[in-house]
Amino acid sequence: MLKLYRSTSFVCNICKNGSKFLSQHSSSSYSNKIRTTFNVNNINLFINQRTFCAESQQQQQQQQSQQSILQESHNVSIINDQNEAEFPGARSKFVTNLQFFDPDHFENIPVYRVMNRDGLVLDEKQDPNLDKEFMTKIYKGMTLLNSMDRVLYESQRQGRISFYMTNYGEEGTHFGSAAAISNNDLVFGQYREAGVLIWRGFEIDKLMAQCYGNSEDLHKGRSMPVHYGTRDLCFVSISSPLSTQMPQAVGAAYAFKRQNQQRVVICYFGEGAASEGDFHAALNFAATLSAPVIFFCRNNGYAISTPTHEQYRGDGIVCRGPAYGIPSIRVDGNDVLAVYNATLAAKKICLEESRPVLIEAMTYRIGHHSTSDDSSAYRSVDEVRSWDQKDHPITRLRKYLEQKGWWDEDLEKCWKNEAKRLVMTAFVKAEKLPKPNYMEMFEDVYDVMPKSLMQQAEELKEHLKIYGGNYPISNFKQN
Amino acid sequence: MIRSILGRILTATINNSTIITTTTTTTSRTLSHFAFKPDTAAVSDGDTTRMNLFQAINNALEIALVSDPKAVIFGEDVSFGGVFRCTVNLQDKFGKDRIFNTPLCEQGIVGFGIGLAAAGATAIAEIQFADYIFPAFDQIVNEAAKFRYRSGNQFDCGGLTIRTPCGAVGHGALYHSQSVESYFAHCPGLKIVIPRGPIQAKGLLLSCIRDQNPCIFFEPKILYRLAVEQVPVKDYMLPLSKAEVLVEGDDVTLIGWGTQVHVLHEVCEMARDQLNTSCELIDLATIMPWDRETVINSVKKTGRAIVAHEAPLTAGFGAEIAATLQKECFLHLEAPILRVAGYDTPFPHVFEPFYLPDKWKCLEAIRKSINY
Repeated sequence: MLKLYRSTSFVCNICKNGSKFLSQHSSSSYSNKIRTTFNVNNINLFINQRTFCAESQQQQQQQQSQQSILQESHNVSIINDQNEAEFPGARSKFVTNLQFFDPDHFENIPVYRVMNRDGLVLDEKQDPNLDKEFMTKIYKGMTLLNSMDRVLYESQRQGRISFYMTNYGEEGTHFGSAAAISNNDLVFGQYREAGVLIWRGFEIDKLMAQCYGNSEDLHKGRSMPVHYGTRDLCFVSISSPLSTQMPQAVGAAYAFKRQNQQRVVICYFGEGAASEGDFHAALNFAATLSAPVIFFCRNNGYAISTPTHEQYRGDGIVCRGPAYGIPSIRVDGNDVLAVYNATLAAKKICLEESRPVLIEAMTYRIGHHSTSDDSSAYRSVDEVRSWDQKDHPITRLRKYLEQKGWWDEDLEKCWKNEAKRLVMTAFVKAEKLPKPNYMEMFEDVYDVMPKSLMQQAEELKEHLKIYGGNYPISNFKQN
Repeated sequence: MIRSILGRILTATINNSTIITTTTTTTSRTLSHFAFKPDTAAVSDGDTTRMNLFQAINNALEIALVSDPKAVIFGEDVSFGGVFRCTVNLQDKFGKDRIFNTPLCEQGIVGFGIGLAAAGATAIAEIQFADYIFPAFDQIVNEAAKFRYRSGNQFDCGGLTIRTPCGAVGHGALYHSQSVESYFAHCPGLKIVIPRGPIQAKGLLLSCIRDQNPCIFFEPKILYRLAVEQVPVKDYMLPLSKAEVLVEGDDVTLIGWGTQVHVLHEVCEMARDQLNTSCELIDLATIMPWDRETVINSVKKTGRAIVAHEAPLTAGFGAEIAATLQKECFLHLEAPILRVAGYDTPFPHVFEPFYLPDKWKCLEAIRKSINY
């Protein structure tokens, strides 16, 4: 029994709660593992199964002893018992029936939620009981992001900024996860995670400055809009190539572990990005090198126009985690409390067990992919509307707050006006500021500018002395 | 039949010029196409120990680990010492959390290294062969090289060094022979370094590791065991972006790097003996950002330049050097700048002796240049 742990059965165990597979192969070790690992109607069970639940404690001890046995025997591959499958690549059992592990025979991994679409908590034990101030901060952040999205989206439509990507429908994933970790936990994002920055207190001014590439942009106007980043708030600058941040997040987490910093790294990515090779690299490296990193997948149903059924054939992203040996969970991404609970639990696992965790947050991309995309070309307006109206993270949280008596129509009106004012003030300011000095173009390629680049900078200066009238010099800061 | 490039020299005079040919005296496939010319450390460098190239690299890595507790080494098979022995004994000395194997995935190795460096660690990554660096091309070119620039210098991965064996090895064929430096030379933000021997390798590698920019350090694998020098024991660094004039001369400037420097060294002697020509030999050592000044000054003096590299001709780094020289030295040039390089083919297995820009091809280029 012990040696089942790392075999293919492990994958099945974790993935396949109450599956047909189980009914066909009701070995006791299989069913125990399933119960302890993925029978999560209850997030505490997911956390506590490792420490409190009697049955799982036994399991855990078994697993630990298995692991230590395996670790000790890693360098030795001697066949001890001819009836055991003792291949170095996997410890498993022999069987004599020819049986493929057919994914169609398994039930999909369930979606963990705390509250329903009416903002009602389904199981009181699951309510993290965050206080009024904390919860209204989350709500205000989500709605502020929403206000900013509306203004900047329109701003792009009017040609005032070159590009924009909204966060409609995914605000819950940003704030639920960001609120559950520390502000000094390092964030590697994809591009649709502006809410994490807002939660951490990044000023709207700075977000706008980046989108306008003005002289207050921390990135010195070098990147496209929405490629935010700030060292002060531990949010690594966004880059366009998808998934490249994933193995990087693992490296940073490994460094934190070596520095004994008690910090984790959270790495956001979409379900489309999970098809990149770097996703595979990251999960495998994180598992084998025991890196305390939370992989947070925003599964919003689309990668630009590509629906998920053209992206993968397995059970989403979450089922891949166990295949890499990574504890994994699927949550309702429109339920801030569910996202919060799962992320909090993930951080605990990361730090206590020094291993990665995978969270797949199910949600829906309500907005277009970007301002360069008209999503009605590949999905129905009705589909979008139904998500916007029936299952929106902001609406759901508002209902929750109203039930607690923490929010009402007056507060809503008042805050909407305030949010609008904040956004418009920042917007006007951002637009008025000049762009950085154009010589900033040559800085920061290296730590020190090479001579050849200095020469090119000089050439531009000389060129502008003669041809400056043909360039938008007046829009740029003069020295 | 000519089976080996080593052999007895025959000379014949055709059309008033000297044509040099060889006849084979051996059919061994393990003989190299050059004679390693060792460097000598200065007396002021203190105690020295006999080391080959892999030992010098191992020594540099050990010094880097001792002097910097944040430094880690990782890659495929580095734990047991590496397939070329460059990391031998390091895990025993520094522990499994500092010297460790990664899964077999180059994009993961470089991405992981970038993350380590971004979090303040010193990341020394190994790619097992330069031929296999391409899966990491995206991470190197789009990420490592641009990390500082795009973040407005808020984040950088300057602590990253990628070491990788490169170049011809006699029988490496398509995927164990490539010289890939020019792919990366086109990417601002990277430093690219190639040493010619143990003394230089140790000093340049330590500079790369400590430089605050992502560096790719290409190690000519044919030199790992073959190149032996008395290497200073102490911790020392050699400056990046600094070319070295190894032989002074007046008639032609020869520019090369890595193994090719040794080919050119021999060519200098051949040119002196057979063509009565005085060559100035420059080891470029750093491909990016390269030492334009040293090369330009030399060519202004000699009026002739030949660049030689193992990589294919078209868009090889020789093209960059030649273009720069014709711009900067136009009035000084007495002959067209010539490039002796690998052919524009994949690197072949059994045809390697015919493929390489060997000393005969280089000598012929000198002859053409001075007769122009």
